[in-house]
Amino acid sequence: MILEVRGLHAWYGESHILHGVDFDVAEGEVVTLLGRNGAGKTTTLKSIMGMVARRQGSIRFKGEELIHLTSYKVARRGVAFCPEERGIFASLDVEENLLLPPRIAEGGLSVERVFELFPNLKERLRSQGTKLSGGEQQMLAIGRILRTGAHLLLLDEPTEGLAPVIVQQIGRTIAELKQHGFTILLVEQNFRFAQKIADRHYIVEHGRVVDMVPGAELEANMGRVHQYLGV
Amino acid sequence: MTEIFGIPTQALFGQLLIGLINGSFYALLSLGLAVIFGLLNIINFAHGAQYMLGAFCAYFLLNKWGLGYWWALVIAPIAVGITGVIIERTMLKPLYKLDHLYGLLLTFGLALVIQGLFRNEFGSSGLPYPITKELTGGHNLGFMFLPTYRAWVIVASLAICLATWFMIERTRLGAYLRAATENPQLVQAFGINVPRMITLTYGFGVGLAALAGVMAGPIYQVSPQMGADLIIVVFAVVVIGGMGSIMGSIVTGFGLGVIEGLTKVFYPEASNTVIFIIMAIVLLIKPAGLFGTQK
Ligand SMILES: Nc1ncnc2c1ncn2[C@@H]1O[C@H](COP(=O)(O)OP(=O)(O)OP(=O)(O)O)[C@@H](O)[C@H]1O
Ligand SMILES: [Mg+2]
Repeated sequence: MILEVRGLHAWYGESHILHGVDFDVAEGEVVTLLGRNGAGKTTTLKSIMGMVARRQGSIRFKGEELIHLTSYKVARRGVAFCPEERGIFASLDVEENLLLPPRIAEGGLSVERVFELFPNLKERLRSQGTKLSGGEQQMLAIGRILRTGAHLLLLDEPTEGLAPVIVQQIGRTIAELKQHGFTILLVEQNFRFAQKIADRHYIVEHGRVVDMVPGAELEANMGRVHQYLGV
Repeated sequence: MTEIFGIPTQALFGQLLIGLINGSFYALLSLGLAVIFGLLNIINFAHGAQYMLGAFCAYFLLNKWGLGYWWALVIAPIAVGITGVIIERTMLKPLYKLDHLYGLLLTFGLALVIQGLFRNEFGSSGLPYPITKELTGGHNLGFMFLPTYRAWVIVASLAICLATWFMIERTRLGAYLRAATENPQLVQAFGINVPRMITLTYGFGVGLAALAGVMAGPIYQVSPQMGADLIIVVFAVVVIGGMGSIMGSIVTGFGLGVIEGLTKVFYPEASNTVIFIIMAIVLLIKPAGLFGTQK
């Protein structure tokens, strides 16, 4: 297992958000966290990344305990995060945004390879980052963490609010990244999308992982999943 | 003797030169304030005191160890910058969780303490600092006499300001700084040690103030309240230029120095207040400052 999360608790100030999250991700897998709004999916990713100040439990990445590390140290171990709100910087142009995360290891994609995946970016290098369309901003947000050499990618709702063609493009990209050997932990609301690309799905509810469905069995278990997600 | 608008050119260009000199110091100091404010969100009220520390550091280097002006230009910013690093680590850092007002109060208190200690020790009268022999003398340009040291101060501070601007707006390090100004949590999650960057940025801003202090010594004399007198005007410059804007603080610093100088020629009665009048007008018309963006 490249990532093992055990009994993870997290707090924002006094509010106790995660109540013992358990799950695993194996090397080279694409795994999703599914769950309703406010279930604690983003908080789980941020806790792994070391971005939640108060947390407890165990997060092992390649066997090393991360729970007490600050976020820049987690990043340097080889974990990269693409936030839900995308986090494109307005005072940086597209190229600066793309080159911002420093390389932490060998084996990341070259900038040319990122442009092959997302040709739109190449034409807009000098634009202000936030002048891009929503879809382009999402491509930039994903593209910039592919260069760093990080092994494990945490993607928080990369398809949120995007047109179907762009959702498809991002789906193809994730499949290619898997081919390339990246391990991906994906938060998704759109489980039609998740269904096509993920090896396994974990269901998050009220700050706990309550169920796990292998990708191949999602179709057969739709009733159960619908109940969890309330759709 | 030639005249422009009925003013002798010697007097006109003389005041213009004084304006540019003052503007050099306005620009250097407001630049440091802008850099600090951008990343730390703290208005560094100790800036004037740190400028004064730079001048005193140069004075001690010369009179206690015989190290002259060029040494002081290097050593004083580093030494005072290190005190800035210590202040950030021990006093400012614990305040980041609280309202920004606490940082302002702390630095204001520090300024009073530092200036008070120096006044006790050295009184209020200025101590002379000689112009280094390489920069004495001057040139007669025909329309005016240009002292070499003053030309050096204008050129050097312009160069430092532009180099700082270049570093922040055009380099990778500067991209980290700009990004961390917007979203420090995310920049840190990319693997960048943001707390250390904040500490070094404060040290750099403080070092700039000290550098200005060293350059000011030979012109204004070295005295405990030299910073307190200047910093009030510099805050007005910062408000006019727009809080946190790098180019804004450079352009406004030099520009207001020149305007102040010209006011002395054409309407001397207003020369002490013109900057504050401009500040009031700018605040009414463009509250975020000429180069600022509304947050
Ligand atoms: N910065 C914060 N401070 C306080 N509470 C927060 C903060 N961020 C999230 N929460 C709370 O934590 C809970 C879990 O939020 P989280 O963002 O992890 O949910 P999510 O599963 O990602 O939801 P969504 O699908 O809407 O993105 C919610 O109740 C939310 O209100
Ligand atoms: Mg979320």
